Amino acid sequence: MKAEALGQLAAAARSPALPGAPPGRLLLRRFVRHRLAVASGMVLLLLALCSLVAPLIAAWLGHDPNAVDLLGRFAGPSSAHPLGTDELGRDLLLRLLYGGQVSLFVGLVGALAAALLGTVVGLVAGYAGGRTDALLMRLTDAVIALPLLPLLIVLAAIDLGKLGVPAAVAHSESASLYRILLIIALVGWTTVARLVRGATLSVRERDYVRAAVALGARPLRIMVRHVLPNVVSPLIVATTLSVGNVILTESVLSFLGLGIQPPLPSWGNMLTNAQELIWQAPALAIYPGLLIFVTVIAFNFLGDGLQDALDPRAEEP
Amino acid sequence: MLRYFAHRLIEAAIVLLLMSFCIYGLIGLMPGDPIDLMLSGDPNVTSEDIARLKALHGLDQPLYERYWHWFKDAAQGDFGYSRTHARPVLDILLPRLGNTCLLMGISLVLAFAVALPAGVLAALRPRSWYDYLLNLFAFAGISVPSFWLALLLILLFAVELGWLPAGGVQTVGVDRFGDRAAHLVLPVLTLTVLTAGGLLRFVRAAMIEALRQDYVRTALAKGLSPLGVVVGHALRNAMIPVVTVLALNFGALFSGALIVETMFAYQGMGKLIYDSIMGNDFNVALVGLLFATLLTLVSNLGADAVYAWLDPRISYEG
Repeated sequence: MKAEALGQLAAAARSPALPGAPPGRLLLRRFVRHRLAVASGMVLLLLALCSLVAPLIAAWLGHDPNAVDLLGRFAGPSSAHPLGTDELGRDLLLRLLYGGQVSLFVGLVGALAAALLGTVVGLVAGYAGGRTDALLMRLTDAVIALPLLPLLIVLAAIDLGKLGVPAAVAHSESASLYRILLIIALVGWTTVARLVRGATLSVRERDYVRAAVALGARPLRIMVRHVLPNVVSPLIVATTLSVGNVILTESVLSFLGLGIQPPLPSWGNMLTNAQELIWQAPALAIYPGLLIFVTVIAFNFLGDGLQDALDPRAEEP
Repeated sequence: MLRYFAHRLIEAAIVLLLMSFCIYGLIGLMPGDPIDLMLSGDPNVTSEDIARLKALHGLDQPLYERYWHWFKDAAQGDFGYSRTHARPVLDILLPRLGNTCLLMGISLVLAFAVALPAGVLAALRPRSWYDYLLNLFAFAGISVPSFWLALLLILLFAVELGWLPAGGVQTVGVDRFGDRAAHLVLPVLTLTVLTAGGLLRFVRAAMIEALRQDYVRTALAKGLSPLGVVVGHALRNAMIPVVTVLALNFGALFSGALIVETMFAYQGMGKLIYDSIMGNDFNVALVGLLFATLLTLVSNLGADAVYAWLDPRISYEG
């Protein structure tokens, strides 16, 4: 926190309009300066809101997102179907909104789960040091370098029955959701682990940590009370940036038919049939992908803006 | 230097060995079973026959014994047969490997050709309008879903304009250079866009950092031409982090290639791995994944060598 406070102080000194502004407001001001990030935040809020009220919109339009209407396939936009219908005659707008629920949920929860795992790995590696550290960091490097997608495809294709998972659980509707979250947590933790390890290493030798150790504080307490507060801001940035990646991973796997399983819609699996239908119904190929793109780029801008706001040293030319 | 690389080589071999065991175990967990697949649809087989066949092929043995058998054969260059192609695995894999290397190589060179000058340009004037614009492009490149970009390009160039083929390696029965090149354009374009965005951001960040260094100021103060300083001093040093990132991103590049190959029906290794996983072709999937891992390890070693060449301060002694 110290270096950061100094950075903020320096920044405050440079902008005379803000004598002694409190750090909170300073942060907000610096964030607001990043207009794209602010706009991105609004877009994301809007998307989340629309997804959340999807049931209301469904009730208003008067149909179910999974209602098949084989006579009304590939319909163009109309008042009943604002964006038209898909290859089974289902309402495209409703499926996009319900898909948004799934994609955003997977993105946020997956990124948080991965960050949690990464934090634990990083804390253990940084605090334990020595062989544990070397081994964990080798593992991290290996996971970063490996061609992950083919391995993810294998993981997503595994027959849970062979692992002893009861068939009722393995084939339930939400199984694909939990499986994808687990897979994402398993591969997404590396950036956070490195960050947290680095911070732990630098904090470990500080005087206040030594004092805490001398006072008999347990490792867990030291990690939570002294180390974690030092990594909060880079952690927030890394997690925000990883939400985008998680959504991309989910969409690729779902697109390949290995992620979220229909009839549960996700932006990725809505595109599964798009390639064969591209000559008949190009709109089906455009909307879900556009939403993925907008969401991911918004999360990336948001993360970039947060980084600028939280770490003023990074971007000063 | 030699000792260092020998050490790294041994390490890479251990990683490869560990990976082969993990992948072998994972593949065994996939749905289906070689014997079941072989016999599905044959009404004359009893369950005793199945048990006998499994014993004959060693499928009743524990995982580590089966792996050891596979490993002994693999060590002698026998990777088994493909179930769907009914040919030895390597006969199928090696031509695909060439196609993938071609795709990745061209895309990487093009991505570099775009990202290097663009990144340097953006770093020279941070927060200028063109820095803003280039950043926008870079963010778009890292945020676009690979398969959707491929779909859009197919929609534009193959469906709407009809300029380029929507997929494949070559037109059946035609074996001309121009035809093969036309089939490469869209896959290469997709993979280049996917790669160039991230690369641009890394070049920009590394250049901003390098331009801040004292030796740059010294060189400028001595009266060297700004262009010479940017290229000769800053860029050369900025390349060190860029090369690291590039090596670390090899896995991502391969993942991108897998999607691109699948979307454009380009007969490369990524598509082969995907098809073999989906088609329960266990031998091919296993060896394909191992080759992908091997490529990654080799690229990492290569990056280390380039490192030593770029930065004389790095020595691998001791």
